[in-house]
Amino acid sequence: MAFYPNAEMTAAFVARLEALMTEGALGLTGVSVAHGEITATVEPGRIADLLVALKDDPALLLDQLVDVCGVDYPERESRFDVVYHLLSMRKNERLRVKLAIGEDVAVPSVVDVFPTAGWFEREVWDMFGVFFDGNPDLRRILTDYGFEGHPLRKDFPLTGYVELRYDEEQKRVVYEPVKLTQEFRRFDFLSPWEGAKYILPGDEKAGAPAAPPAKN
Amino acid sequence: MSEVDIKSYSLNFGPQHPAAHGVLRLVIELDGEMIERCDPHIGLLHRGTEKLIEHKTYMQAVPYFDRLDYVCPMNQEHAFVLAAEKLIGCKIPERAQYMRVLWCEIGRIANHLMNTMAHGMDVGALTPILWGFEEREKLMCFYERVCGARLHAAYFRVGGVHQDMPAGLAEDIMEWTETFPKVLDDLETLIVGNRIFKQRNVDIGIVSAEEAIAWGFTGPMLRGSGVAWDLRKSQPYDAYDKMDFDIPVGKNGDCYDRFVLRFYEMRESLKIIRQAIQQMPEGPVMTEDGKVAPPKRGDMKRSMEALIHHFKLYTEGFHVPAGEVYAAVEAPKGEFAVYLIGDGTNKPYRCKIRAPAFVHLQAMDFMATGHMLADVPALIGSQDIVFGEVDR
Repeated sequence: MAFYPNAEMTAAFVARLEALMTEGALGLTGVSVAHGEITATVEPGRIADLLVALKDDPALLLDQLVDVCGVDYPERESRFDVVYHLLSMRKNERLRVKLAIGEDVAVPSVVDVFPTAGWFEREVWDMFGVFFDGNPDLRRILTDYGFEGHPLRKDFPLTGYVELRYDEEQKRVVYEPVKLTQEFRRFDFLSPWEGAKYILPGDEKAGAPAAPPAKN
Repeated sequence: MSEVDIKSYSLNFGPQHPAAHGVLRLVIELDGEMIERCDPHIGLLHRGTEKLIEHKTYMQAVPYFDRLDYVCPMNQEHAFVLAAEKLIGCKIPERAQYMRVLWCEIGRIANHLMNTMAHGMDVGALTPILWGFEEREKLMCFYERVCGARLHAAYFRVGGVHQDMPAGLAEDIMEWTETFPKVLDDLETLIVGNRIFKQRNVDIGIVSAEEAIAWGFTGPMLRGSGVAWDLRKSQPYDAYDKMDFDIPVGKNGDCYDRFVLRFYEMRESLKIIRQAIQQMPEGPVMTEDGKVAPPKRGDMKRSMEALIHHFKLYTEGFHVPAGEVYAAVEAPKGEFAVYLIGDGTNKPYRCKIRAPAFVHLQAMDFMATGHMLADVPALIGSQDIVFGEVDR
């Protein structure tokens, strides 16, 4: 069998996926290749149907779900990406399937297709607050019992909101709001000349429209 | 005597339990001694690694990978540097590729020694872990000699490895590969054929090949069920395509097969270590690209450009082009992968860590249901769980 980043197999996969896309039955909206990896995008509601089809398609045989994860883009209208990584051991090829979803819309769960999706979906729910419809056990998984918020969202602070300590008087662990003994230090070493997104001190007026000429 | 009415009850296994391999809490529902449901509660060691990495430069992110699976730290770093190199499009020197293969295999033996011996201890064999740790200690010394740290190496860097091996280390590793098979033989006579050990492991936690694939198993867990799948063979990275080694495969998919398979893997790793040292070419161990790799000390004294590069690399770090990649390595526990999204700045936009033990632990309920309570330590042992990477 050929080794994994294999141009022929990648081309065959892309051709098959594009054929599926033109058929239009599975909600595929795009196929692209970057860094030798295939990425397909799908309508959020159709993910479970798509994964069943990809698993059974004799040209693809993507029969292992390797990973499910979320990504947060707060500036977008559908702010979350849910990313599925699939592996075909018989074809020795990988596929990434992405869908974009808003904050208050549920993604259909794929637990019935791949039992391993259960904990992955729990993790995405815990970390991002994306709801999976049909997951029988959608509890938090990595955070503390009774935790509030979704830590991997970009608007969740790195320090969190609560800290806990053992209280000698109450003889139990107590939760308190985070108190920082010194100001939170954000080391921003990004060069102001390449890529920094803030306005340089003294440059505030650079982009503003020129002031009207003084009259007198 | 009247019939006894056995009520089912639930039992908390861990998080403080010597056989839990860390901070695993299992909530087990029992019918007598029979497990009806086994619910792992994880996250007690959650440190928010992925969140922290989003706030650090690429170089500062490397040490976090040592702290995931702290039993074989360099294998974790490997996935991250491969992902970053793929995004940058950076080629690393050949010597660095061989170095990475060499240290990954040393990590694999360190991991398998720890796991198999601890598995033995969990089911009552106390001697092997003492013998095994003696050998692991030697591997830790090799780690220390090459990078200065026994556990948290931070040795693999984007663009190569941090520094070349000191003189004499390669010879000492070769010498160790001569003596280690004898220790493996001794350990085998102690435990592999042991009647008590077999009684506790044979036919426990049988997983068929189809089930293993459906539950996302990788590594020894998958190969134990008879699927010959190893990323080092099928999707080789660095110098693995030049290595000659075999992939041991189990037959029955039970705890005993997975245990014996790890013994065979250690012998294969020894083969790879010897080949890597013998075939390793001379040359640099870090890419020459000054935008990624730090300059040499000597150059910094003479060249202004080198000095600027050094300053920029250790404050701002290097910029990684926008894009997304998925890089997977065959870590000792299975497929360890990093899904990295760069946005063109010096920090990762998102770094998802795919840990094999997280997936394996999920199958605990399916594997343990119907077994006796006393089989739980054998199951945990054969799954090879380390909480650093499960909880991240």
